[in-house]
Amino acid sequence: MSSTELYPANEALSRNERIVLNTYIVSTLAIFILMMLFGLMMRMAQGTWLNVPLDRFYQLLTVHGAGMVGNVGLASSAVMWFFLRKYVRLSLAIFATNYILFILGVLAILAAIFIGRYAGAWTFLYPLPVHAMGVWSPHAAALFMLGYLLIGVGFLLFYLDVMLALIRVYGNLGRALGLQWLLGGEIDKDHPKTVVASTMVAITNSIGTLAGAVALVMCLINIYFPTVVLNALLVKNLTYLFGHMFINASIYMGVISVYELLPRYSGRPYPISRPFLWSWAASLVMILTVYPHHLMMDYAMPMWMLIMGQIVSYCAGLPVFTVTVFGALTNVYRSGMRWPLTARLLMLSMFGWAAGIIPAIIDGTIGVNRVMHNTQWVPGHFHFYLLLGVLPMILAWMFHLVNSRAKGTDPAFAKLGFPVYLVGGLIFVFAFLDAGHHSVARRYAVHLPEWLPSDHAGSIGAMLVVAGMLLLAARIIIGLLKAPDHAGPAHAGR
Amino acid sequence: MNIQDEVWSITLIGVGVVALVFVWVISQSGKSPASERQQTTASSIRRWWFLVLVVAGIGIAYATLKPFPIANQSANLQGAQIVAVVGHQWYWELSPSPTQVKAGIPVEFDVTSDDVNHGFAIYGPDDRIVTQTQAMPGYTNRLLHTFTRPGKYRVLCLEYCGLAHHNMLAEFEVVDIATGEQP
Repeated sequence: MSSTELYPANEALSRNERIVLNTYIVSTLAIFILMMLFGLMMRMAQGTWLNVPLDRFYQLLTVHGAGMVGNVGLASSAVMWFFLRKYVRLSLAIFATNYILFILGVLAILAAIFIGRYAGAWTFLYPLPVHAMGVWSPHAAALFMLGYLLIGVGFLLFYLDVMLALIRVYGNLGRALGLQWLLGGEIDKDHPKTVVASTMVAITNSIGTLAGAVALVMCLINIYFPTVVLNALLVKNLTYLFGHMFINASIYMGVISVYELLPRYSGRPYPISRPFLWSWAASLVMILTVYPHHLMMDYAMPMWMLIMGQIVSYCAGLPVFTVTVFGALTNVYRSGMRWPLTARLLMLSMFGWAAGIIPAIIDGTIGVNRVMHNTQWVPGHFHFYLLLGVLPMILAWMFHLVNSRAKGTDPAFAKLGFPVYLVGGLIFVFAFLDAGHHSVARRYAVHLPEWLPSDHAGSIGAMLVVAGMLLLAARIIIGLLKAPDHAGPAHAGR
Repeated sequence: MNIQDEVWSITLIGVGVVALVFVWVISQSGKSPASERQQTTASSIRRWWFLVLVVAGIGIAYATLKPFPIANQSANLQGAQIVAVVGHQWYWELSPSPTQVKAGIPVEFDVTSDDVNHGFAIYGPDDRIVTQTQAMPGYTNRLLHTFTRPGKYRVLCLEYCGLAHHNMLAEFEVVDIATGEQP
């Protein structure tokens, strides 16, 4: 059961753990801000407010996608590691190895893009990496893929360590997931939600990462042995199985922060329940089977897979709406909760996730996808639940951590950062959604004149997001430098 | 109202309702603790909420999947007009060319690619997408569409395909079946 004690003793960090975790936090914050700046540059270039050469634009597009997806994965894995180590014994060396491999991968990707001029988008959709029309070399594409492989190996090691640790304590992954209580029996109320979520993520994202590795190795072989021609549809299936799984795993790792922290700020226990276990077991199956919703416009796909993509997209909303978000709202309702920044960010994350998946689920309808696919509707919905959902989950955890070292007070500049980030985020995502509503294509360096108003609105939103993020990140970095201390009460009941 | 407007309206309503629920819960958060009875009520609400979503999901899935919105790829599509489409980096090749099709009669677009993945999206005279499919090397996607509105239609690429992706433009005309002319 989640504790309502604000800073339980079993979350204390050793010196080495603190060093590794601080490295994760500082690095991921820096990468988030840099990638946001790249995103802002792209929106301003589309709106003709900034002159960015075409090749540079598509390089930014590639690095922004790869950087954000990888970084949100890294940051949310830190959330998972921090809380899960209370229940199982995780290896600090492997956690650190994941970071080192990630940074090596990032260096390879940056070199491929900014030295090798690779601009094949983060999805590296076969056969684009080898059809560069002279813009980048096959070696640049290979270096980009090698960077992905390094990152993938790091995550796989991390997940294998997680699974091993879970099996040591719970006997097998099914018991860690709580499958023994699905159909009956008395649920152990002390079984941690973090364990359930971590088990699901470790299983699914290992499969997703392996699918990505298979696609990458196949593409690497094709680069150096062009006579080995690949099936484009098969590679696309593997790529989106990996891509969908990886980014969704980040949400499921990030939400651990809500499960762990919300009851501490509301002062109300947030126990495990049978609907919770069902929702995670179902999510495990759904996350593996929903990815065909990315291929609805590939008419060569088997019909049953496209139907499955639509139906599972609908079903995937059920655990969010009826369990996690509903549970969070009932936990807060009449709880006597105060609203330090951590609590605000936790609630924002629930709103961003719940609201953001609405346009996503609608787009998972084949008939809608036919007119919305690859318009700006798509970045509209995924920015909604990433920028206003997952990132606030991660930031909430970081604020919680640093407040333990800074007497629990939120300085004025950080308090200002929250509304700036929120308002900017809403403007930013609705500019995308409105553009998608008007059929504005995504991933275009040059926009038609009639598309510019939404680009301008999006640019203004992005500026505010960057400003808000800078204020919030500054608070976290400054807080990390302070010595550990006890925090003040989080809710009125204490 | 076209489908984009419907989707936009539903999204705004949905996001608005979610926002209102959050605002209400947050406004209640400082009040005296909820009783055991209120917690029980929450469980009851959740059960009904779950049921409503399931029923709505089944209804919407049935309504939007029957008839299946994508043409049967292996059957004879009975298309009275056939347009062959090949995507290249970075242009579209439409045959016959120039392309002119009649409104009110189904058109079969046989879409493939000569190099990388492209997105074959047809924009109507109002600059909104009317339909699309992917152009993938090694595959031919058969898109069946009946145009209802005569005029000039544009084809844009909606799958990132390299540095001149945004320049992949083509045009064709849809003419009135009675007059054989554009309005």
